[in-house]
Amino acid sequence: MAELLKITGLRVDAEDKEILHGIDLTVNEGETHVIMGPNGAGKSTLGAAVMGSPEYRITGGSIIFGGADITSETPDKRAGRGIFLSFQNPIEIPGITLSAFLRSAYEAITGERIKLFEFRKKLSAAMDVLQMDKAYADRELNVGFSGGEKKKAEILQLLVLRPKLAVLDETDSGLDVDAVKTVSAGIKAYREQTGGSLLIITHNTKILEALTVDKTHIIADGKIAVEGGAELIDEISANGFEKYI
Amino acid sequence: MKEKTQVADIDRSLYDFRYEEDESSFLDSGITPDIIREISAEKGDPAWMTEFRLRSLEIYNRAEMPQWGPDISGLDMDRIVTYIRPKKGMQSDWNDVPDDIKETFEKLGIPQAERESLAGVGAQYDSELVYHNVRREVAESGVVYTDLESAMHDERYADMIRSHFMKLVPPSDHKFAALHGAVWSGGSFVYVPAGVHLEIPLQSYFRLNARGAGQFEHTLIIVEENAYLHFIEGCSAPKYYEASLHAGCVELYVGRNSTLRYSTIENWSKNMYNLNTKRAVVAEGGKVEWVSGSFGSHVSYLYPMSILNGRGARAEFTGITFAGEGQNLDTGAKIVHNAPETSSYMNTRSISKSGGISTFRSAVTINENAVGSKSAVSCESLMLDSISRSDTIPAMVVKTDKADVGHEARIGRISDEAVFYLMSRGLDENAAKALIVSGFAENVSKELPLEYAVEMNNLINLEMKGSIG
Repeated sequence: MAELLKITGLRVDAEDKEILHGIDLTVNEGETHVIMGPNGAGKSTLGAAVMGSPEYRITGGSIIFGGADITSETPDKRAGRGIFLSFQNPIEIPGITLSAFLRSAYEAITGERIKLFEFRKKLSAAMDVLQMDKAYADRELNVGFSGGEKKKAEILQLLVLRPKLAVLDETDSGLDVDAVKTVSAGIKAYREQTGGSLLIITHNTKILEALTVDKTHIIADGKIAVEGGAELIDEISANGFEKYI
Repeated sequence: MKEKTQVADIDRSLYDFRYEEDESSFLDSGITPDIIREISAEKGDPAWMTEFRLRSLEIYNRAEMPQWGPDISGLDMDRIVTYIRPKKGMQSDWNDVPDDIKETFEKLGIPQAERESLAGVGAQYDSELVYHNVRREVAESGVVYTDLESAMHDERYADMIRSHFMKLVPPSDHKFAALHGAVWSGGSFVYVPAGVHLEIPLQSYFRLNARGAGQFEHTLIIVEENAYLHFIEGCSAPKYYEASLHAGCVELYVGRNSTLRYSTIENWSKNMYNLNTKRAVVAEGGKVEWVSGSFGSHVSYLYPMSILNGRGARAEFTGITFAGEGQNLDTGAKIVHNAPETSSYMNTRSISKSGGISTFRSAVTINENAVGSKSAVSCESLMLDSISRSDTIPAMVVKTDKADVGHEARIGRISDEAVFYLMSRGLDENAAKALIVSGFAENVSKELPLEYAVEMNNLINLEMKGSIG
């Protein structure tokens, strides 16, 4: 399988403090990878760095996506290449409806205008997968959404934008059991509809139950501590991270 | 490809055009009693108006320049030509309007706007109305929409004008109200009889087109009982390098159980001193709704005032101010609760960018007699960079404990996190910021008729097709 994302020797600073001390990680097309690790290990930093967050500074190494070096590209360029990041804390944007925002994003990424009617059809189909109330389409983006609603809205964006790689940063945190199931069904639908790759940052194995995991990476103290297959998830669930710190 | 979306300085290229004025039509540039008499004679003012102008000039000469707001020392009153005669008088047919004037208006899209189901167009070129048309159905409903001079000479309205003109905003109000009283020229007169609900908005455009010329249009609107009117004032002016002054005056009389909505999009060029005075008085059960967009001018002082004089009268003010490079826009609103159970609501947004200064001032007074009244003020400011400035100066005077008042202010910068979030969805940096700004301005754009919302968004150079769904 072709390499989609290849991270080599990645070192990342936040406010002049090094968080990631040289990460190597490769995700092939169509694979599902899981990143686990204790709090503060640098998991979210890795996700943000892949998306190009201005909060972090890359001081060494490279990020190659689809054969192109994107290490210093802006987030919009990366999104255009097919990278998506589901935020742990999605941002509220007052005055702009979810539907209007997502249509702008869709047009920016595809480079094509889409008629409102056609767009609403796509949106509606994606909302059905997530059992979302259609009224959310016309609500201001994330404004007044509960934690669970925000996470569903992130997965809704994933389903509409159909990226090649989805980085999900603790999409399951703060969700009740039913919401985890819904979100998990949404992620599964993304896999089935697009064949896209997943890089899932999580503490919780529930969200993974509906998915086939190809690889697991444990990050501790800014480094990959151990790697393995799906079986590593069960081991961590049973024994915790202590062994790897 | 998707159309580009970006936040830039307000693009005035569309508006920055002008045509040569015939020098002979300028009067001397200073303001003296002789000049005032000359203006008055040329306009054929009735005697009371000539006297009113001269009295106003005296007040003007005695009054101090305001010292409490943005600097206006760049304004040299001796160099302001106060009155420019248009080449032709009032036109009732678009085809009779002189070509250069017509071209200016066509660039602004006025006849098109009229064709698109608007009730009437009063377009002011320099100091006098050159084109005026009220659709027949509006006229048949008994609504009067004409220029103030004509109305003053019409025996049906002469007394009405004499008893209302500058009674709400007297020349003694401040120096520029006095100046206005002395040199006012042009503007609109609207009369809505009792029981008439005018569904389509009336609109007027004002433009300034001569170097160094001031504009002093007067708008007088009287809405009788149980009536409804939406009046839209749209302004834009070409750019000049000498200081220009706008000191217009708007007086609104809202009758019992009537509603008057007054919408303005102001886009004066960046050398303009906009010292405008607007005031409404609202009778029992009546309501005034101000929708105000301030985008242009070098310096603005603009605080529409609502006086709630009858039981249950209401005022709503929705405003947005966008101050870019070289602009100091001091805007806000004043409300006086002067009867029981009155209510007011103020909802404003200000944006500053590239070193622009945007100040929001509110003044709410609740008098002893205004028991059971309510007032809520909400203002939000957004600074797009670290060199811009935004201030909020709220004032509240509450003279009864039987009133409910609230004030909420928020000042913020555009957040890097929000920009990153939107960029991670494929929007470039400018588009991301534009989306945030247009969302921030949504309180005003949703209050405007579509074509004005579009004009407003053109003014801030936001392409909103993607964001209003």
